[in-house]
Amino acid sequence: MTFILSDVQNGVMTLTLNRPERLNSFNDEMHRQLADVLTQVERDDTIRCLLITGAGRAFCAGQDLNDRNVDPSGAAPDLGASVENFYNPLIKRLAALPKPVIAAVNGVAAGAGATLALGCDMVIAARSANFIMSFSKLGLVPDCGGTWYLPRLAGRARAMGLALLGDKLSAEQAHQWGMIWQVVDDEALNDTARQLAVHFASQPTFGLGLVKKALNASEINTLEEQLDLERDYQRMAGRSEDYREGVSAFLAKRTPVFKGK
Amino acid sequence: MSELLVSQNGRVLTLTLNRPEARNALNNALLDQIALALEAAQQNESTGAVVITGNDRFFAAGADLKEMASLDMPATLNDPRPQLWARIERFNKPLLAAVNGYALGAGCELAMLCDIVMAGDNARFGLPEITLGIMPGAGGTQRLIRSVGKALAYKMVLTGEAITAQQAQQAGLVAEMCPAALTLEYSEKLAARIAQHAPLALQAAKTALRQAHELSLSQGLAHERQLFTLLAATEDRQEGIVAFLEKRPAAFKGR
Repeated sequence: MTFILSDVQNGVMTLTLNRPERLNSFNDEMHRQLADVLTQVERDDTIRCLLITGAGRAFCAGQDLNDRNVDPSGAAPDLGASVENFYNPLIKRLAALPKPVIAAVNGVAAGAGATLALGCDMVIAARSANFIMSFSKLGLVPDCGGTWYLPRLAGRARAMGLALLGDKLSAEQAHQWGMIWQVVDDEALNDTARQLAVHFASQPTFGLGLVKKALNASEINTLEEQLDLERDYQRMAGRSEDYREGVSAFLAKRTPVFKGK
Repeated sequence: MSELLVSQNGRVLTLTLNRPEARNALNNALLDQIALALEAAQQNESTGAVVITGNDRFFAAGADLKEMASLDMPATLNDPRPQLWARIERFNKPLLAAVNGYALGAGCELAMLCDIVMAGDNARFGLPEITLGIMPGAGGTQRLIRSVGKALAYKMVLTGEAITAQQAQQAGLVAEMCPAALTLEYSEKLAARIAQHAPLALQAAKTALRQAHELSLSQGLAHERQLFTLLAATEDRQEGIVAFLEKRPAAFKGR
Protein backbone atom coordinates (compact mmCIF):
# COMPACT_ATOMS: atom_id res chain seq x y z
CA MET A 1 0.00 0.00 0.00
CA THR A 2 1.16 3.51 -0.74
CA PHE A 3 0.34 5.52 2.35
CA ILE A 4 2.41 8.48 1.23
CA LEU A 5 1.97 9.98 -2.21
CA SER A 6 4.72 12.24 -3.49
CA ASP A 7 4.89 14.29 -6.59
CA VAL A 8 7.56 16.76 -7.67
CA GLN A 9 6.71 19.65 -9.98
CA ASN A 10 8.29 23.05 -10.49
CA GLY A 11 10.65 22.59 -7.57
CA VAL A 12 7.84 21.67 -5.18
CA MET A 13 7.34 18.28 -3.64
CA THR A 14 3.73 17.69 -2.72
CA LEU A 15 3.55 15.01 -0.07
CA THR A 16 0.08 13.60 0.55
CA LEU A 17 -0.78 11.55 3.63
CA ASN A 18 -2.82 8.83 2.00
CA ARG A 19 -4.91 6.57 4.19
CA PRO A 20 -8.18 8.41 3.60
CA GLU A 21 -10.38 5.61 4.96
CA ARG A 22 -8.51 5.90 8.29
CA LEU A 23 -8.43 9.74 8.17
CA ASN A 24 -4.73 9.49 7.23
CA SER A 25 -3.81 8.31 10.69
CA PHE A 26 -0.27 7.00 11.19
CA ASN A 27 0.78 3.41 11.42
CA ASP A 28 4.34 2.13 11.41
CA GLU A 29 4.41 1.40 7.69
CA MET A 30 3.14 4.90 6.89
CA HIS A 31 5.90 6.35 9.08
CA ARG A 32 8.50 4.33 7.20
CA GLN A 33 7.23 5.52 3.85
CA LEU A 34 7.14 9.11 5.08
CA ALA A 35 10.73 8.79 6.27
CA ASP A 36 11.81 7.55 2.82
CA VAL A 37 10.13 10.46 1.08
CA LEU A 38 11.74 12.91 3.50
CA THR A 39 15.14 11.47 2.63
CA GLN A 40 14.40 12.30 -1.00
CA VAL A 41 13.44 15.88 -0.09
CA GLU A 42 16.61 16.26 1.95
CA ARG A 43 18.90 14.99 -0.79
CA ASP A 44 17.38 16.56 -3.88
CA ASP A 45 18.52 20.17 -4.28
CA THR A 46 16.04 20.72 -7.10
CA ILE A 47 13.21 20.35 -4.57
CA ARG A 48 13.03 23.80 -3.01
CA CYS A 49 9.76 23.59 -1.08
CA LEU A 50 7.81 20.81 0.64
CA LEU A 51 4.03 20.91 0.72
CA ILE A 52 2.27 18.46 3.05
CA THR A 53 -1.44 17.74 2.80
CA GLY A 54 -3.95 14.95 3.41
CA ALA A 55 -6.00 12.83 1.02
CA GLY A 56 -9.77 12.78 1.43
CA ARG A 57 -11.61 14.81 4.04
CA ALA A 58 -9.02 14.78 6.85
CA PHE A 59 -5.50 16.17 7.13
CA CYS A 60 -4.34 13.59 9.65
CA ALA A 61 -5.99 12.00 12.67
CA GLY A 62 -2.69 11.28 14.42
CA GLN A 63 -1.74 7.82 15.58
CA ASP A 64 -3.99 5.01 14.33
CA LEU A 65 -5.41 3.60 17.56
CA ASN A 66 -6.28 0.33 15.82
CA ASP A 67 -2.56 -0.32 15.92
CA ARG A 68 -2.57 0.36 19.62
CA ASN A 69 -5.04 -2.21 20.84
CA VAL A 70 -4.18 -2.52 24.49
CA ASP A 71 -4.59 -5.94 26.04
CA PRO A 72 -5.96 -5.21 29.54
CA SER A 73 -4.21 -8.23 31.04
CA GLY A 74 -0.96 -7.84 29.09
CA ALA A 75 2.08 -5.73 29.77
CA ALA A 76 1.78 -1.96 29.31
CA PRO A 77 2.63 -0.81 25.79
CA ASP A 78 5.74 1.26 25.18
CA LEU A 79 4.42 4.35 23.45
CA GLY A 80 7.79 5.99 23.95
CA ALA A 81 9.21 3.66 21.33
CA SER A 82 7.06 4.98 18.50
CA VAL A 83 7.70 8.56 19.63
CA GLU A 84 11.42 7.89 19.67
CA ASN A 85 11.53 5.94 16.42
CA PHE A 86 9.01 7.83 14.32
CA TYR A 87 7.50 11.08 15.62
CA ASN A 88 10.62 12.67 17.05
CA PRO A 89 12.81 12.06 14.00
CA LEU A 90 10.00 13.35 11.79
CA ILE A 91 9.71 16.67 13.63
CA LYS A 92 13.48 17.06 13.87
CA ARG A 93 13.89 16.44 10.17
CA LEU A 94 11.18 18.93 9.21
CA ALA A 95 12.74 21.56 11.47
CA ALA A 96 16.22 20.89 10.08
CA LEU A 97 15.14 20.84 6.42
CA PRO A 98 16.82 23.89 4.86
CA LYS A 99 13.77 24.74 2.75
CA PRO A 100 10.27 25.91 3.55
CA VAL A 101 7.69 23.33 4.65
CA ILE A 102 4.04 24.21 4.11
CA ALA A 103 1.13 22.33 5.66
CA ALA A 104 -2.13 22.59 3.74
CA VAL A 105 -4.59 21.45 6.39
CA ASN A 106 -7.57 20.27 4.36
CA GLY A 107 -9.65 18.87 7.19
CA VAL A 108 -9.43 17.60 10.73
CA ALA A 109 -5.95 17.56 12.26
CA ALA A 110 -6.09 15.60 15.49
CA GLY A 111 -3.47 14.36 17.93
CA ALA A 112 -0.12 13.99 16.23
CA GLY A 113 -1.84 15.21 13.06
CA ALA A 114 -2.45 18.57 14.72
CA THR A 115 1.00 18.80 16.26
CA LEU A 116 2.61 17.73 12.98
CA ALA A 117 0.88 20.62 11.19
CA LEU A 118 2.05 23.07 13.85
CA GLY A 119 5.62 21.83 13.32
CA CYS A 120 5.56 22.95 9.68
CA ASP A 121 6.90 26.38 8.75
CA MET A 122 3.73 27.78 7.20
CA VAL A 123 0.26 26.45 7.89
CA ILE A 124 -2.67 27.20 5.61
CA ALA A 125 -5.98 25.71 6.70
CA ALA A 126 -9.32 25.21 5.00
CA ARG A 127 -12.11 27.10 6.76
CA SER A 128 -13.82 23.83 7.72
CA ALA A 129 -10.64 22.32 9.17
CA ASN A 130 -10.02 22.06 12.87
CA PHE A 131 -7.25 21.19 15.28
CA ILE A 132 -7.77 18.82 18.20
CA MET A 133 -5.19 18.16 20.89
CA SER A 134 -6.94 14.89 21.64
CA PHE A 135 -4.09 13.33 23.61
CA SER A 136 -5.32 14.32 27.06
CA LYS A 137 -8.66 12.58 26.54
CA LEU A 138 -6.81 9.26 26.36
CA GLY A 139 -4.55 10.05 29.26
CA LEU A 140 -1.63 10.89 26.98
CA VAL A 141 0.69 13.82 26.39
CA PRO A 142 0.83 15.89 23.18
CA ASP A 143 3.76 14.51 21.21
CA CYS A 144 5.25 15.21 17.78
CA GLY A 145 6.54 18.51 19.21
CA GLY A 146 3.14 19.56 20.55
CA THR A 147 4.20 20.64 24.01
CA TRP A 148 7.06 22.65 22.51
CA TYR A 149 5.26 24.36 19.66
CA LEU A 150 1.92 25.01 21.37
CA PRO A 151 3.03 27.46 24.07
CA ARG A 152 5.29 29.22 21.57
CA LEU A 153 2.50 29.61 19.04
CA ALA A 154 -0.55 30.15 21.24
CA GLY A 155 0.96 31.37 24.49
CA ARG A 156 0.96 29.49 27.77
CA ALA A 157 -2.66 30.05 28.77
CA ARG A 158 -4.10 28.88 25.48
CA ALA A 159 -1.61 26.04 25.21
CA MET A 160 -2.65 24.79 28.64
CA GLY A 161 -6.31 25.06 27.79
CA LEU A 162 -5.94 23.34 24.46
CA ALA A 163 -3.74 20.55 25.74
CA LEU A 164 -5.59 19.90 29.02
CA LEU A 165 -9.13 20.08 27.60
CA GLY A 166 -8.44 18.39 24.28
CA ASP A 167 -11.31 20.28 22.67
CA LYS A 168 -11.75 21.07 19.02
CA LEU A 169 -10.23 24.34 17.82
CA SER A 170 -11.59 25.81 14.59
CA ALA A 171 -9.19 26.92 11.87
CA GLU A 172 -10.57 30.46 12.25
CA GLN A 173 -9.78 30.47 15.94
CA ALA A 174 -6.32 29.01 15.38
CA HIS A 175 -5.70 31.80 12.90
CA GLN A 176 -6.97 34.49 15.27
CA TRP A 177 -4.64 33.15 17.93
CA GLY A 178 -1.70 33.37 15.57
CA MET A 179 -1.09 29.63 15.52
CA ILE A 180 -1.36 29.32 11.74
CA TRP A 181 -0.57 31.57 8.79
CA GLN A 182 -3.82 31.71 6.87
CA VAL A 183 -7.39 30.41 6.60
CA VAL A 184 -8.99 30.14 3.18
CA ASP A 185 -12.28 28.84 1.83
CA ASP A 186 -12.19 25.09 1.39
CA GLU A 187 -12.24 25.19 -2.39
CA ALA A 188 -9.38 27.72 -2.46
CA LEU A 189 -7.02 25.71 -0.24
CA ASN A 190 -5.24 23.73 -2.93
CA ASP A 191 -4.58 26.69 -5.18
CA THR A 192 -3.49 28.99 -2.37
CA ALA A 193 -1.09 26.45 -0.90
CA ARG A 194 0.29 25.49 -4.30
CA GLN A 195 0.80 29.11 -5.27
CA LEU A 196 2.76 29.77 -2.11
CA ALA A 197 4.83 26.62 -2.64
CA VAL A 198 5.67 27.52 -6.24
CA HIS A 199 6.60 31.01 -5.09
CA PHE A 200 9.02 29.58 -2.51
CA ALA A 201 10.53 27.26 -5.11
CA SER A 202 11.64 30.29 -7.13
CA GLN A 203 13.12 32.13 -4.16
CA PRO A 204 16.67 32.15 -2.69
CA THR A 205 16.36 28.79 -0.97
CA PHE A 206 19.75 28.89 0.73
CA GLY A 207 18.81 32.18 2.38
CA LEU A 208 15.35 30.93 3.29
CA GLY A 209 16.95 27.89 4.90
CA LEU A 210 19.13 30.16 7.02
CA VAL A 211 16.14 32.32 7.99
CA LYS A 212 14.35 29.18 9.15
CA LYS A 213 17.39 27.93 11.07
CA ALA A 214 17.84 31.31 12.73
CA LEU A 215 14.20 31.55 13.80
CA ASN A 216 14.30 28.03 15.17
CA ALA A 217 17.50 28.78 17.05
CA SER A 218 15.97 31.92 18.55
CA GLU A 219 13.66 29.72 20.61
CA ILE A 220 16.55 28.66 22.79
CA ASN A 221 19.19 31.36 22.30
CA THR A 222 19.81 34.46 24.36
CA LEU A 223 19.79 37.79 22.51
CA GLU A 224 23.57 37.80 22.53
CA GLU A 225 23.82 34.30 21.10
CA GLN A 226 21.22 35.12 18.51
CA LEU A 227 23.07 38.27 17.43
CA ASP A 228 26.19 36.18 16.90
CA LEU A 229 24.15 33.69 14.91
CA GLU A 230 22.73 36.46 12.73
CA ARG A 231 26.26 37.65 12.04
CA ASP A 232 27.34 34.13 11.07
CA TYR A 233 24.32 33.44 8.87
CA GLN A 234 24.51 36.86 7.23
CA ARG A 235 28.13 36.17 6.45
CA MET A 236 27.15 32.87 4.82
CA ALA A 237 24.13 34.36 3.03
CA GLY A 238 26.26 37.20 1.68
CA ARG A 239 28.48 34.64 -0.04
CA SER A 240 25.59 32.89 -1.78
CA GLU A 241 25.06 33.06 -5.53
CA ASP A 242 21.48 34.15 -4.97
CA TYR A 243 22.55 37.24 -3.04
CA ARG A 244 24.75 38.34 -5.93
CA GLU A 245 21.93 37.67 -8.33
CA GLY A 246 19.46 39.56 -6.12
CA VAL A 247 21.67 42.64 -5.93
CA SER A 248 22.56 42.70 -9.61
CA ALA A 249 18.92 42.20 -10.59
CA PHE A 250 17.92 45.05 -8.27
CA LEU A 251 20.55 47.38 -9.74
CA ALA A 252 19.67 46.37 -13.31
CA LYS A 253 15.95 46.73 -12.51
CA ARG A 254 15.16 43.23 -13.69
CA THR A 255 13.54 40.19 -12.07
CA PRO A 256 16.12 38.03 -10.29
CA VAL A 257 16.53 34.39 -11.25
CA PHE A 258 17.41 32.54 -8.07
CA LYS A 259 19.02 29.11 -8.13
CA GLY A 260 18.63 28.37 -4.45
CA LYS A 261 22.40 28.36 -3.83
CA MET B 1 47.92 14.61 -3.56
CA SER B 2 49.47 14.73 -0.12
CA GLU B 3 47.57 13.31 2.83
CA LEU B 4 48.42 16.38 4.88
CA LEU B 5 47.93 19.77 3.25
CA VAL B 6 50.00 22.56 4.73
CA SER B 7 49.27 26.23 4.20
CA GLN B 8 50.64 29.31 5.89
CA ASN B 9 48.57 32.45 6.09
CA GLY B 10 50.23 35.28 7.99
CA ARG B 11 51.42 33.84 11.30
CA VAL B 12 48.94 30.97 11.19
CA LEU B 13 49.84 27.55 9.82
CA THR B 14 46.91 25.36 8.81
CA LEU B 15 47.27 21.58 8.56
CA THR B 16 44.43 19.87 6.69
CA LEU B 17 43.95 16.13 7.07
CA ASN B 18 43.34 14.91 3.55
CA ARG B 19 42.55 11.22 3.30
CA PRO B 20 38.89 11.59 2.28
CA GLU B 21 38.65 8.02 0.99
CA ALA B 22 39.63 6.76 4.46
CA ARG B 23 37.47 9.31 6.30
CA ASN B 24 40.74 10.96 7.37
CA ALA B 25 41.71 7.94 9.45
CA LEU B 26 44.93 8.63 11.34
CA ASN B 27 47.43 5.98 10.30
CA ASN B 28 51.05 6.10 11.46
CA ALA B 29 52.21 7.78 8.27
CA LEU B 30 49.75 10.64 8.71
CA LEU B 31 50.58 11.07 12.40
CA ASP B 32 54.24 11.20 11.39
CA GLN B 33 53.50 13.93 8.86
CA ILE B 34 51.59 15.92 11.48
CA ALA B 35 54.51 15.56 13.88
CA LEU B 36 56.99 16.64 11.20
CA ALA B 37 54.89 19.66 10.26
CA LEU B 38 54.60 20.71 13.90
CA GLU B 39 58.32 20.24 14.51
CA ALA B 40 59.03 22.46 11.51
CA ALA B 41 56.48 25.02 12.74
CA GLN B 42 58.11 25.05 16.16
CA GLN B 43 61.43 26.08 14.57
CA ASN B 44 59.79 28.62 12.29
CA GLU B 45 59.65 32.07 13.87
CA SER B 46 57.03 33.26 11.43
CA THR B 47 54.51 30.70 12.67
CA GLY B 48 52.69 31.86 15.78
CA ALA B 49 49.89 29.29 16.00
CA VAL B 50 48.71 26.16 14.19
CA VAL B 51 45.23 25.02 13.19
CA ILE B 52 44.50 21.36 12.45
CA THR B 53 41.37 20.63 10.45
CA GLY B 54 39.72 17.99 8.26
CA ASN B 55 36.92 18.33 5.75
CA ASP B 56 33.18 19.11 5.93
CA ARG B 57 32.18 15.62 6.98
CA PHE B 58 35.18 14.26 8.82
CA PHE B 59 37.75 15.77 11.07
CA ALA B 60 39.17 12.28 11.50
CA ALA B 61 37.02 9.21 11.96
CA GLY B 62 39.52 7.16 13.95
CA ALA B 63 42.73 5.22 13.62
CA ASP B 64 43.49 3.04 10.63
CA LEU B 65 41.84 -0.26 11.55
CA LYS B 66 43.65 -2.25 8.88
CA GLU B 67 46.96 -1.08 10.24
CA MET B 68 45.90 -1.86 13.79
CA ALA B 69 44.45 -5.28 12.99
CA SER B 70 47.81 -6.47 11.68
CA LEU B 71 49.48 -5.92 15.05
CA ASP B 72 49.51 -8.73 17.61
CA MET B 73 50.40 -8.22 21.25
CA PRO B 74 54.21 -8.14 20.89
CA ALA B 75 53.92 -5.88 17.85
CA THR B 76 51.55 -3.56 19.72
CA LEU B 77 54.03 -3.42 22.59
CA ASN B 78 56.64 -2.03 20.23
CA ASP B 79 54.27 0.08 18.17
CA PRO B 80 55.92 3.41 17.27
CA ARG B 81 52.53 5.09 17.63
CA PRO B 82 52.90 6.34 21.24
CA GLN B 83 56.13 8.09 20.18
CA LEU B 84 54.30 9.74 17.28
CA TRP B 85 51.65 11.06 19.66
CA ALA B 86 54.36 12.24 22.07
CA ARG B 87 56.01 14.24 19.29
CA ILE B 88 52.71 15.95 18.50
CA GLU B 89 52.14 16.62 22.17
CA ARG B 90 55.56 18.26 22.51
CA PHE B 91 54.58 21.11 20.19
CA ASN B 92 55.01 24.23 22.29
CA LYS B 93 52.98 26.84 20.36
CA PRO B 94 49.20 27.29 20.47
CA LEU B 95 47.49 24.42 18.64
CA LEU B 96 43.85 24.68 17.59
CA ALA B 97 41.50 22.04 16.20
CA ALA B 98 38.80 23.16 13.75
CA VAL B 99 36.37 20.25 13.82
CA ASN B 100 33.57 19.70 11.34
CA GLY B 101 31.75 16.39 11.16
CA TYR B 102 33.11 13.31 12.90
CA ALA B 103 35.97 13.38 15.36
CA LEU B 104 35.94 9.77 16.50
CA GLY B 105 38.47 7.58 18.26
CA ALA B 106 41.95 8.80 17.39
CA GLY B 107 40.29 11.81 15.71
CA CYS B 108 38.66 12.76 18.99
CA GLU B 109 41.96 12.14 20.80
CA LEU B 110 43.77 14.42 18.36
CA ALA B 111 41.19 17.15 18.91
CA MET B 112 41.50 16.77 22.68
CA LEU B 113 45.28 16.98 22.47
CA CYS B 114 44.89 20.42 20.88
CA ASP B 115 44.79 23.46 23.14
CA ILE B 116 41.52 24.86 21.78
CA VAL B 117 38.75 23.03 19.94
CA MET B 118 36.41 24.98 17.68
CA ALA B 119 33.49 22.93 16.41
CA GLY B 120 31.02 23.22 13.55
CA ASP B 121 27.40 22.71 14.53
CA ASN B 122 27.53 19.38 12.66
CA ALA B 123 30.49 18.06 14.67
CA ARG B 124 30.34 14.80 16.61
CA PHE B 125 32.82 13.68 19.24
CA GLY B 126 33.11 10.10 20.36
CA LEU B 127 35.36 7.25 21.42
CA PRO B 128 33.81 4.16 19.78
CA GLU B 129 36.84 1.92 20.47
CA ILE B 130 34.84 -0.17 22.96
CA THR B 131 32.52 -1.33 20.17
CA LEU B 132 35.57 -2.89 18.47
CA GLY B 133 36.65 -4.80 21.55
CA ILE B 134 39.44 -2.34 22.30
CA MET B 135 39.70 0.94 24.20
CA PRO B 136 41.08 4.42 23.60
CA GLY B 137 44.86 4.23 23.37
CA ALA B 138 46.06 7.78 22.86
CA GLY B 139 44.76 9.81 25.75
CA GLY B 140 41.06 9.23 25.16
CA THR B 141 40.32 8.02 28.66
CA GLN B 142 42.63 10.54 30.29
CA ARG B 143 42.00 13.82 28.48
CA LEU B 144 38.27 13.29 28.12
CA ILE B 145 37.61 12.84 31.83
CA ARG B 146 39.72 15.89 32.64
CA SER B 147 37.71 18.11 30.35
CA VAL B 148 34.14 16.80 30.57
CA GLY B 149 34.08 15.20 34.03
CA LYS B 150 33.38 11.71 35.27
CA ALA B 151 29.75 11.12 34.30
CA LEU B 152 29.99 11.97 30.63
CA ALA B 153 33.48 10.50 30.20
CA TYR B 154 32.44 7.09 31.55
CA LYS B 155 29.27 7.13 29.48
CA MET B 156 31.11 7.96 26.27
CA VAL B 157 33.96 5.52 26.76
CA LEU B 158 31.78 2.62 27.93
CA THR B 159 28.97 3.03 25.38
CA GLY B 160 31.09 4.27 22.51
CA GLU B 161 28.34 6.73 21.65
CA ALA B 162 29.20 10.13 20.22
CA ILE B 163 28.03 13.51 21.51
CA THR B 164 27.01 16.57 19.50
CA ALA B 165 28.99 19.78 19.20
CA GLN B 166 26.49 21.48 21.48
CA GLN B 167 26.85 18.82 24.17
CA ALA B 168 30.61 18.96 23.77
CA GLN B 169 30.59 22.71 24.27
CA GLN B 170 28.37 22.50 27.34
CA ALA B 171 30.67 19.84 28.76
CA GLY B 172 33.81 21.90 28.20
CA LEU B 173 35.39 19.91 25.40
CA VAL B 174 34.72 22.60 22.82
CA ALA B 175 35.56 26.30 23.21
CA GLU B 176 33.17 27.64 20.64
CA MET B 177 30.56 26.31 18.26
CA CYS B 178 29.84 27.94 14.91
CA PRO B 179 28.07 27.15 11.65
CA ALA B 180 30.07 24.40 9.94
CA ALA B 181 30.72 26.57 6.89
CA LEU B 182 32.60 29.05 9.08
CA THR B 183 34.49 26.75 11.47
CA LEU B 184 37.84 26.88 9.72
CA GLU B 185 37.61 30.59 9.00
CA TYR B 186 36.78 31.42 12.62
CA SER B 187 39.47 29.07 13.90
CA GLU B 188 42.07 30.74 11.71
CA LYS B 189 40.88 34.16 12.87
CA LEU B 190 41.19 33.08 16.48
CA ALA B 191 44.61 31.59 15.78
CA ALA B 192 45.67 34.85 14.12
CA ARG B 193 44.54 36.81 17.16
CA ILE B 194 46.52 34.51 19.42
CA ALA B 195 49.54 34.53 17.14
CA GLN B 196 49.97 38.29 17.39
CA HIS B 197 50.84 38.00 21.08
CA ALA B 198 54.41 37.64 22.33
CA PRO B 199 55.68 34.17 21.34
CA LEU B 200 57.53 33.56 24.59
CA ALA B 201 54.53 34.58 26.66
CA LEU B 202 52.34 32.18 24.67
CA GLN B 203 54.84 29.41 25.14
CA ALA B 204 55.11 30.03 28.87
CA ALA B 205 51.34 30.29 29.31
CA LYS B 206 50.80 27.04 27.40
CA THR B 207 53.41 25.29 29.54
CA ALA B 208 51.74 26.54 32.71
CA LEU B 209 48.29 25.45 31.54
CA ARG B 210 49.57 21.98 30.73
CA GLN B 211 51.07 21.63 34.18
CA ALA B 212 47.63 22.08 35.68
CA HIS B 213 46.92 18.41 35.05
CA GLU B 214 50.32 17.18 36.13
CA LEU B 215 51.00 19.00 39.40
CA SER B 216 49.27 19.74 42.68
CA LEU B 217 47.84 23.24 43.04
CA SER B 218 50.70 24.53 45.20
CA GLN B 219 53.32 23.06 42.87
CA GLY B 220 51.38 24.44 39.92
CA LEU B 221 51.27 27.90 41.47
CA ALA B 222 55.00 27.77 42.16
CA HIS B 223 55.70 26.69 38.59
CA GLU B 224 53.40 29.38 37.23
CA ARG B 225 55.27 32.01 39.24
CA GLN B 226 58.59 30.74 37.92
CA LEU B 227 57.39 31.10 34.34
CA PHE B 228 55.92 34.50 35.15
CA THR B 229 59.28 35.61 36.52
CA LEU B 230 61.03 34.26 33.46
CA LEU B 231 58.94 36.51 31.22
CA ALA B 232 60.10 39.52 33.25
CA ALA B 233 63.48 39.07 31.58
CA THR B 234 62.08 39.37 28.03
CA GLU B 235 62.15 42.41 25.76
CA ASP B 236 58.62 41.62 24.65
CA ARG B 237 57.29 42.11 28.16
CA GLN B 238 58.78 45.59 28.18
CA GLU B 239 57.33 46.30 24.75
CA GLY B 240 53.90 44.93 25.69
CA ILE B 241 53.53 47.11 28.75
CA VAL B 242 54.96 50.25 27.13
CA ALA B 243 52.73 49.82 24.07
CA PHE B 244 49.71 49.47 26.34
CA LEU B 245 50.59 52.64 28.24
CA GLU B 246 51.26 54.50 25.00
CA LYS B 247 48.00 53.16 23.55
CA ARG B 248 49.62 51.67 20.48
CA PRO B 249 49.85 48.12 19.16
CA ALA B 250 52.82 46.19 20.46
CA ALA B 251 55.54 44.98 18.09
CA PHE B 252 56.79 41.72 19.57
CA LYS B 253 60.11 40.21 18.56
CA GLY B 254 60.05 36.89 20.36
CA ARG B 255 62.86 37.88 22.69
